[in-house]
Amino acid sequence: MTTIHPDKATAEQLAGMSKGTGRDVEGVGDGSLVEDPSRRPPLVLNNRSFGEITDIVCGYAENKPGLWFWPLLLFAASLAGLLPVMIGYLVVTGVGVWGLNNQVGWAWDITNFVFWIGIGHAGTLISAILCIFKQNWRTAVNRSAEAMTIFAVMCAGIFPGVHVGRIWFAWFLFPIPNSNAIWPNFKSPLLWDVFAVSTYATVSLLFWYMGMIPDLATLRDRADRRMRQFPDGPRLIPFLPLRVDRVRATVYGFFSLGWRFSSRHWHRYEAAYLILAGISTPLVLSVHSIVSFDFATSILPGWHTTIFPPYFVAGAIFGGFAMVLLLLIPVRELFPNFKDILTLRHLENMAKIILATGMMVGFAYAMEFFIAWYGGNEYELYAFLGNRVNPQTAPYWWAYWTMIFCNVLTPQVFWIRKVRQNPLAIWIVAAFVTVGMWFERFVIIVTSLHRAFLPGEWQMFWPTPVDILTFVGSIGFFLFMFLLFLKFLPVFAMAELKAVMPQASPHAHDDDGDHEDSHGHEIQAASQGMGYAAEGGADQDSGQDSSNTDGEAR
Amino acid sequence: MAVADYLPFVPRPPARFVTEKGERVHGVIARFKDPAAVYHAAEKVRDAGYKKWDVHAPFPIHGIEEAIGEKRTKLPLIVAAGGFTGAGLGYLMQYWMSAVDYELVVQGKNFGDWEPFLMVTFELGILFAAFSALFGMLALNGLPRFNHPLLKKTSFLASSDDAFFIHIEADDKKFSPEETRALLESTGGYDIELVEDA
Repeated sequence: MTTIHPDKATAEQLAGMSKGTGRDVEGVGDGSLVEDPSRRPPLVLNNRSFGEITDIVCGYAENKPGLWFWPLLLFAASLAGLLPVMIGYLVVTGVGVWGLNNQVGWAWDITNFVFWIGIGHAGTLISAILCIFKQNWRTAVNRSAEAMTIFAVMCAGIFPGVHVGRIWFAWFLFPIPNSNAIWPNFKSPLLWDVFAVSTYATVSLLFWYMGMIPDLATLRDRADRRMRQFPDGPRLIPFLPLRVDRVRATVYGFFSLGWRFSSRHWHRYEAAYLILAGISTPLVLSVHSIVSFDFATSILPGWHTTIFPPYFVAGAIFGGFAMVLLLLIPVRELFPNFKDILTLRHLENMAKIILATGMMVGFAYAMEFFIAWYGGNEYELYAFLGNRVNPQTAPYWWAYWTMIFCNVLTPQVFWIRKVRQNPLAIWIVAAFVTVGMWFERFVIIVTSLHRAFLPGEWQMFWPTPVDILTFVGSIGFFLFMFLLFLKFLPVFAMAELKAVMPQASPHAHDDDGDHEDSHGHEIQAASQGMGYAAEGGADQDSGQDSSNTDGEAR
Repeated sequence: MAVADYLPFVPRPPARFVTEKGERVHGVIARFKDPAAVYHAAEKVRDAGYKKWDVHAPFPIHGIEEAIGEKRTKLPLIVAAGGFTGAGLGYLMQYWMSAVDYELVVQGKNFGDWEPFLMVTFELGILFAAFSALFGMLALNGLPRFNHPLLKKTSFLASSDDAFFIHIEADDKKFSPEETRALLESTGGYDIELVEDA
């Protein structure tokens, strides 16, 4: 065992300064974790150069997608098409098209809202909290997780918007002056929720966008270079003089705001990024806490629970990471080179987070019972035992036990390392967790509502096809947006990935004294050649003029 | 940052240097082979007393702000100002709406109680702070700016991929075509080129 820092050990091995370890170590080659902490596997496998990272990430945005892409996009789009149809039907008919009744006024709508907003928590968590804790592995997952967050929050926003009944009055949610001269009720947790969710959506979007500015500039520059070299590149539409690269350079150029990779800019950019991470951390924690206030501040048994805020936050992280894995494991298979960037180490880390947060959720489930018993409130105890657990008395017992099985039991397989290192196994557990988290919200909302204090009021809730298809539509919309993201935007944070690679350290070669400047040209030339040959379609730049020296200034 | 950088019709002072073709010189760029090389070269350029110059790299090089002599940024102050403004306005908005403009009776609670106002105050503070962080960063960086002379230099565009450049502006008082080039060469720079102000 060495005493030097593991990152430095990895850096030295990759730089060839120490021998006998590095990629030859058993278990390191594929990026999975090994027990020896001095041999942490590299974050990017196969000794990729900076140029190769650019080519891998940009290549997919610039070239034709695989054959799987269009059928999948069409499928997602047709599911997403259900959403406007179902919402249109709801608006012209009324909320009676859902399975709501006198007792159950919130059911699938709010279940779906909490489900999606919970999924939306992983992205900002990965960006913000892992950034503050200097967890460098986040760089491989943050971009796609943030994208997922934004799409999930979009899905979430639909449901409270349409469940209000007269949807044309939805603007009453916001403090907008109106002819009745009244204002929203700021003492209501539902209004806090409006502010929390809209702030969260806005800040997540800003965070995502700010992280993308340098990478969009990379896409802009690549398109620009190709355009200057081959002004007769492929056309966007046949016979029209609009070139694909011109469109790319313009659109990516507009959104990259003229970023020119200045270190003085980087300096303020990093400060801004850290500040955004710092303020997003309490924001992430506050959003699901406030969502839980919608329930916890009521006096309904099963909702009136002080453990709700931390329990909801843990559940959101749990469900969010499950969705990240659910999406990224197939992406990793469909884009083969992505395996060098998104390694087994990343999957294993996320599996561990699932395990940890799953235990927290399980603890919260147990504490609800304990407090219901210890608090001595018979209604509360009945809400849990009689309405959820006991198959003899609880009509929704199957929902409760699905939740327990999916959320508490299945993640326990992650105690076994072999399972944590098997992408298929992780994917299956993630699928179970996603289902389980949906059922958790259903259990909280519907089983608490369907039997309140007076047995004469008890009523069952069953979803109608409109309920189900609206939810399916939101899944389709989510998938559709994610596929568009995969096609058109940088799926990995290139600049951040490059910064955590061992050769990015300005002190990597300090030990061997002065730099051999004479080698500079060969090394550069070699890495250039490698860089542009890596991906088909992106190789036009290889003829870049490096001998171009302008005349002396007078 | 000068006004003329953003508004092309604003007249500029006459050029200090022009190329053989008669174009105004914006500066000179030199390429470096890796982050370590550009880092150490930057230290030498800083020590030579240049002020208007920059390192361009595809990612933030660790500790580069020291090598380019960049002081701590004022951004945190801007964000703090934005955050407290947002929180303050949020609180005042709620108080004015609930207790002044239209006293809304809710469960017999006092109109102006501060406790229920905390959540919205917090969220609006975060919202304004986030906007100040992004727009403050852009403003301090002089962005958006779509017409920078460097972006017209095809070889420079590799800085977004895997190339490391030092760019010294011709507006710098110490800039001299021969000495600046010699300095960049002596620090290990290659592919040294003039950047025309187009």
